[in-house]
Parts: sequence; C-alpha cells; structure tokens
Amino acid sequence: MKPTKIAIVLAMSVVAPLTAGLAQQAPAPAPSFEPYFAAPTSAPLAPDADGFLQRWLLLEPIVKPNRSNIGFTQSYVRAALSDFPGRTEAVPRDGALIKTPEPLRWHALDARLFDVKLFNFAQSLGKPVYGVIFHAITVVDSPRDMHNVRLAVGSNAASMWWVNGTEAVGLYGDRRMVMDDGVSQPLTLHKGRNIIRGAVINGPGLSDFCVRFVDADGRPVRDLTIDLK
Amino acid sequence: MKYAAIAVLSALLALPGAAAAQLGGEPIIHDPSTIALSDGKYYTFGTGRGGLVSEDGWTWHSGGVRPGGGVAPDIIHIGDRYYVAYAVGGGGMNGGHASQIKVMWTHSLDPSSPAFGYHEVGVVAESNGIEDADAIDPAFLLADGRLWLSYGTYFGYIRMVELDPATGARRAGNQPVDIAIDMEATALLYRDGYYYLLGTHGTCCDGPNSSYNIRVGRSRSPTGPFVDHMGVPLLKGGGKLVVAGRGRRYGAGHFGLVDLGDGLEKFSMHYEADMDRSGRSVLAIEPLLWKDGWPVGGENLAAGTYEIESQRSGGALELAVDDTRIAFDARRSFFAPPNTPVSPIANQTLGEDQASWPSGPIKVDLGDYMIRPHQQWTVTPVAGAGGYFGAPYYSIVIAGTGRALAVSGDTVTTVPTFTDAPEQLWRIDQLTDGTYRITPKVTGQGPSRALIAVGASTPALAPFDPASVVGRWAFKRP
Repeated sequence: MKPTKIAIVLAMSVVAPLTAGLAQQAPAPAPSFEPYFAAPTSAPLAPDADGFLQRWLLLEPIVKPNRSNIGFTQSYVRAALSDFPGRTEAVPRDGALIKTPEPLRWHALDARLFDVKLFNFAQSLGKPVYGVIFHAITVVDSPRDMHNVRLAVGSNAASMWWVNGTEAVGLYGDRRMVMDDGVSQPLTLHKGRNIIRGAVINGPGLSDFCVRFVDADGRPVRDLTIDLK
Repeated sequence: MKYAAIAVLSALLALPGAAAAQLGGEPIIHDPSTIALSDGKYYTFGTGRGGLVSEDGWTWHSGGVRPGGGVAPDIIHIGDRYYVAYAVGGGGMNGGHASQIKVMWTHSLDPSSPAFGYHEVGVVAESNGIEDADAIDPAFLLADGRLWLSYGTYFGYIRMVELDPATGARRAGNQPVDIAIDMEATALLYRDGYYYLLGTHGTCCDGPNSSYNIRVGRSRSPTGPFVDHMGVPLLKGGGKLVVAGRGRRYGAGHFGLVDLGDGLEKFSMHYEADMDRSGRSVLAIEPLLWKDGWPVGGENLAAGTYEIESQRSGGALELAVDDTRIAFDARRSFFAPPNTPVSPIANQTLGEDQASWPSGPIKVDLGDYMIRPHQQWTVTPVAGAGGYFGAPYYSIVIAGTGRALAVSGDTVTTVPTFTDAPEQLWRIDQLTDGTYRITPKVTGQGPSRALIAVGASTPALAPFDPASVVGRWAFKRP
C-alpha cells in the first residue's frame, strides 16, 4: 500500500511499538549516483536496444511542495511546468548554473538503466527528493528527416514533453512510470539536431522517466545518436 | 450509523438492477491477506492487528488474532502450519522505507483452539531505506514444493525470495531478485506452468479518490521475467488489468486467491471505498475468470431478467407448459411484395402465455428459446438472505410473476409464489470461463448439488462436474 497522510497516521500507530527491531539492520549506505548514472563519454550515444534515450542534461530539482500527487490535474501541471528557468530553445552546458534564489546546476549524465532515476539523482546530490520539479533536456541527431515517428514517454509522476519547442506529450495525475504510457501524435524528426525537453513534477514517492521514439509500427527508433551539444 | 447504512443497502438490493451486495456483517479491512480456512472458519488479516472471521465467506466480523502489527500481512497453510508474513516499518511516502518482513506460524488461526499460538520464524527480507526497495506487502506462493515470497511497493522494485516450506525461513544463500517496478500489494499464482505476479497500481488510501487497480504479468519462472499480455516487462511498468473499482466501490487492491474447488475460483481484495458503507475500506470477494491464459475479474450476476441457457444443449430453462402461438400469417412474410409497408408486431405478452398455465407447481424443462414469457426469469439478490463467498442468494422467478424456481425433494420445479423459503434461494457463481453455476441453498444430504442438464431438454439437481458443460449456464438478455 502507498499511504497518504491519513494512512501514515495509521501506520505510525501500528508500527511504533516494533521499530526497535529495525535497529538491528545494517546501516544504509550513502546514496550514490553510481548504480544509476555514469558521466557521459565524448562519443555520441546510441539509444539502447529498446530505443530508450539515456543521455540527458538534468537540472537540480526545483522545490514545489505537494503532499500528494492526486492534485496533478492537467491545469495544475501545465501551470507548474510552464515556468522553465532558462531559454527553452537553448541547450545548457554541463555545470551551467541557473540564477534562482537557490542556484541550480545542470548535470550531464548517462542513465545506466532504461529509465532516468530522478529521485536517485536528487538524493545523491543531497537535494530535495519530494515535492519537486525536474527539468531534462537531450539532443538527438537524426541521419535524415524521419516522418511519422512518435515520442513515447513514461514518467513518475506527471510530466510534459516538447520536441523542437512543440508540445508533444503530457502525462497528468498520479502517474506511475510505465514505458510508452503517453505517446505523441506522429511528428517529424529533422535531419540533424532535434531538441527534446521535458519536465517532471512529483510530490511524495519515487520519480523517474523513460523516453524513446517509436516508428509508425510501434517499433523503437534506434538509428539516432544522442549528444548534448 | 452502521445499521442505517445496512438498511439503505438492503433497500437498494430490493430494486431490480441494483448492484448485488458484496458481503454481510462488518467487512471493514485494509490490505487483506489471502483468506485461510482454519477450524471451520475463514480468516483474513489486514493492516494493523487482528482481522476478520467468517463462517460462510459471506458474513464477516472483526476477529482473529495477529500479533506484530505492521502492514499488509499474508497467510499460507502448509501442512499443519499457518505461516503469517507481515511487514514492520516501511511504506512511507516521504521517506521511511527501512523495513523488515517477518514470518511466524501457528497450528491454528482460531484463538480458542488449544493449537493456537504463534511461533516467530524471524526476518525473511528487509530494505535499508536507501536501496530501491521497500520491504512491505509480502505474498506467499507454494508451487511445485517450493515456497516463494514477493514483496515491495512503489518505492523501487518488487522482489522475490525463496523460503523453506518446512520452516518458513529464508533459504540459505538465497538472494532477492527484482521482478517488477511501480507496483505494490503483490500476490502470486501458479497455473498451467505459468507463474503470475499480480499487484496493485494507482493511488491508495484516499477513499473514492483512490485509483487503485489490480494488474498482472506472467512468467515461466518464479523469478521472471514477468511480462504482460502486450509483452511489456513488469520491470518496465507493464501489467494487464485484472479488476478496478466499479459501481459504488472504488479502488481495488490486494488480490488473494480463493480456490473453492470444483473449478470455482474467486478472489479476495479490498475496495478503498464502499460508498454504501461511509466510504470505508472493505473486504470484497469476486469471481475469478481465466481468458486466454490470463486472470480476469468476473462479476456477480446483476439483478435483471434473463434467458437461462444451458451450455450443454443451448436450451432455455422454461416452464414445461404448452406453447401459445403468436398470431401470424406466414403469407404476409413470405409472399408479400417487397415494397409492402411494414409495421411492428408485439412480442407475446405474459397474459397471453400465462392463460394456459396450471395454478400449482409447474415443472421445468429446456426448450428452444422462443422469446416467450415462460422462458424469461427475473433474478434478484434477496435482501437479508445472506450468501456464500461474495455471491448473494438469489430468487429466480418468472418475470412479472411470483412463480419461483424451487427445490422439491430431489428435483427442481417452480412454485406459484416466492416466499423466501430456503428451497427457493439459489447461489449463482460465475465460473472461470464466464458461465455460471446454479446451486440451491438447500443441498440436503450427500454431495452438494447443482442445476444440471442431465438431458438435452431435461434439467435436474445433481453433483457438479467442473470438467463438463452440463452444469454451466449463460444468463442472456431476453
């Protein structure tokens, strides 16, 4: 079960007398990037065997308190994610700082898994993990104009995604991350650089996303390269 | 307040078309375990201490004793032991993912039994609060002599470990295997060489705003890979829908198999909110269907008027009375010019059909369905009559009349007036193929009997054979 605030009160009441047993557990290791991310190499990266894009620029989380994900209606998410802290048409460089009251840094990372573990990204930086907004950008290089492809996204929790500045996918509500959850209308990847941008909002619980392109038959598009230039 | 809610519920049940009540008593629970039979009673435990107990699977009351507290236990009966797994800690939304799953056992779940008494086995799985797992929501499976335990929640992976069925302890050297993500409240099934991993998706614990729903994937191995019907791995968020909220009950979660034998399978779960019980979280028991190798949530028969069709012969259950012709000149149909104007003709009325019926008991048989009133049955859950494992007792009467299907000694017949007598009450259980089994509440001595097509045109009461179609019936709109 995934308790809400009400259930947490219940759980606290039933668990409290038994927490002594937990003291016997081994100390938890410090959170680390290592299981989930690697530093990008200088060479462009191909999508993985299923077409997932694993190289991303991730912005440190913006605090946006939400005690539940239930309130992630379309109107709320649109309002919350429309305020991008930077130039939407630009690709920041690794380490660039966003001038906000609490400066936020962009990090270039290769996800080791098919999904990008935003929770672990924030946790390993010692940043807030709950009640946050993440921004992500990547650049895919297409060898030719590719028509009728679709952007396929899964995210935890709600998210919005843009391809070359045009809104492509929105996932609203208390989303779980499932591959190909939201799929765009057919679109064209231009020959050369295409900028994919997304924003994920989460209250309590884990947060992550997975993104790939699929062709008109639903097969993964793999003849792309990913860099962050 | 409780009694008022039940009174409203009873009133709703009297209405044609009203949803059938799920269960009687006070089936208030969250995260129910698999139901276990012990000392002639059925037990399920939930989050917190204690649980529910029932003598018939229909009426549930608070009862049972489960020390240890914590969340979302499970029970499995192996040999002379009932193993109970439960989680201590974890399940947090803003941290709090350090948890342990413990196992204990008892020879009886009945606290009044001399064999009752829990023995601690100890911790069989845990999470440290940082790793991508939260060790809560354990679920047992015994298959091919091996005991498996799945656990986990939305915080990271669902994991599988192997236990020793002789002791309930973790197998030495066994390591957890990641088998799914973004799922909680898992359950396990084994059928026809497949291991099925069921779990709950959606939002918990917010009453009618909970989106909880039960999903499934399957694998040839207990450690995966589990995939759904689209081939999407459960490690990538896949899961085929089994059941979701419906009608007045919202948020289905925490699946538990109820195998009643004779090919009759049901499943327990909770609904996050029963709107007829103040939106409280309640136990539910519903039919389990299997379609193309996948478990699917079935439905109790809704109140309404139906043809009752034998799956043996296709014959319609009917009063054994003379058929009355509908006035019709065949020449108007076959020989009239195509451009002759057409107009509606009424179906036969009850009055036209009923005129020749005797006034006393009338036998039933099976005949070609002719859309006649003596072939159309109104089926209604009977308020206050109880039921059995999620299926209420129904009356089955000829539509528009009080003439009721009834047991008479060893035979089935109809009586002119429905009186609520036990001989006129019927269980209608949906079978795994979606058809229904019809059994009288009164079964008499010997093996339980069901309505059977012993001949193509002859219904009778006889033992139900799950391997045969003779006891299977379809309810079709008239």
